[in-house]
Amino acid sequence: MQKIIKYVMLDILRNKIVMIYTLFLLIVSLSIFNLEDSSGKGLLSLLNIVLIITPLVSIIFSTIYIYNSAEFIELLVSQPIKRKTLWLSIFIGLAGSMSLAFFIGAGIPILLFAFSDAGIAMLITGLLLSIIFVSIALLASVRIRDKAKGIGMAILLWFYFSVIFDGLVLFILFQFNDYPLENFMAVMSALNPIDLARVLILLRMDVAAMMGYTGAVFKDFFGNGGGVIIAGVIFAAWAFLPLIFSLRKFNRKDL
Amino acid sequence: MIIATSVSKRFGRLTALDNISATCSNGECIALIGPNASGKTTFIKCLLGMVMPDSGFITFNEKNILHDCQYRAQIGYMPQMGRYPDNMTIANLFDMMKDLRKTTKTDIDDDLVKTFQLEKILNKRISTLSGGTRQKVSAALAFLFNPAVLILDEPTGGLDPAAAEILKEKISAEKKKGKLVLITSHILSDLDDLVTHIMYMQEGRLLFHKSFENLRSDTGEEKLSKAIARIMQKK
Repeated sequence: MQKIIKYVMLDILRNKIVMIYTLFLLIVSLSIFNLEDSSGKGLLSLLNIVLIITPLVSIIFSTIYIYNSAEFIELLVSQPIKRKTLWLSIFIGLAGSMSLAFFIGAGIPILLFAFSDAGIAMLITGLLLSIIFVSIALLASVRIRDKAKGIGMAILLWFYFSVIFDGLVLFILFQFNDYPLENFMAVMSALNPIDLARVLILLRMDVAAMMGYTGAVFKDFFGNGGGVIIAGVIFAAWAFLPLIFSLRKFNRKDL
Repeated sequence: MIIATSVSKRFGRLTALDNISATCSNGECIALIGPNASGKTTFIKCLLGMVMPDSGFITFNEKNILHDCQYRAQIGYMPQMGRYPDNMTIANLFDMMKDLRKTTKTDIDDDLVKTFQLEKILNKRISTLSGGTRQKVSAALAFLFNPAVLILDEPTGGLDPAAAEILKEKISAEKKKGKLVLITSHILSDLDDLVTHIMYMQEGRLLFHKSFENLRSDTGEEKLSKAIARIMQKK
């Protein structure tokens, strides 16, 4: 398994996109922290970039990588290697390099300039989002044979998680604003890892005070130790469920 | 050595393999013959575990291949179209395969690497290779680990006459060592002096599986191409 992870990692590092992504994150986060006068403001600016760019790069890069390694996968499947080993190695290789890129690009500046609760929360959720979207990409690319359709699906999934889902939530809020929806909102945020990440980070910032009654409910729900554990379980489910489904599918897939 | 028991596979509406049962033993050189889209490659891919049969099972040395992937260490597979990671050089590819197969130096059989003169181009990227050179790489890779079973899918397609001759000699040398060789080819004249058994497939069904001598006496033809032509006319 280690050997295959080694070859996957080597292959990804040879690909310059991950380097460019790392550099991009590094430049953006360094310039934001240097432009804003307080680290709290800097974190808030970085928040939106992290929540949009990290899932996007993670899902698109992984999907394209899987399709482009069709030859590699085909070659290794005809060798004495378990399919499970191969697929998990690809996952670990991809998730490892995406999180490493995030850690170097955004994590180190956060640790240097904004070493606070909110900063740590952003670092951890960013790493988790990188892994979760690799896992979702694996599921999308194993289910769809056609490369163009698969990449389209990946873009659509990202679009759903970062835009459409929020739109749906707002729609429901406006339609049912006569009813108390605060607890419902807390549950809804679990259905989207990006939203959950946003809530977890915002709750640790000063702006949380401006989120009104819903904010208070969120704080009640996610602010204490138990809430963090619940959030951790939800993140783990988002990372592992797609991976397990994709592994099942890959085990039976005809190459 | 390899026993397939009522293996069936469907791709949507198309029946690629229809209840195929066959036994292949050591020392045989089996030609898998049939028109295009008769399921030859699908059958080979089933043997390798690349395609999962819908029903039926395949055993390798009395072990079901579904539960054990180690049997593939004893197979050398040369695909119809060798597709390899584009950004690797030939040397990278060989090193990776040696690394993954955990072989010792003594098991390596690099005759073909030498006779095909691949050493000169070891540092070329695979994406820059011509189709024929790619075939040479595939062939060298299939024989590299001195496997007990060789599965060759259209081995001579795309090779120049000199290279095809080298490959044929290599195959017959390996056959003499008592290995099981499974070849598909449309160039029947290539197979004449190699094969001992014939499997003839059509539309996913195995029409017959018998020794070359039996086929000769049944059809009264000496050459494989004529014997097959006679059978195809009868249908």
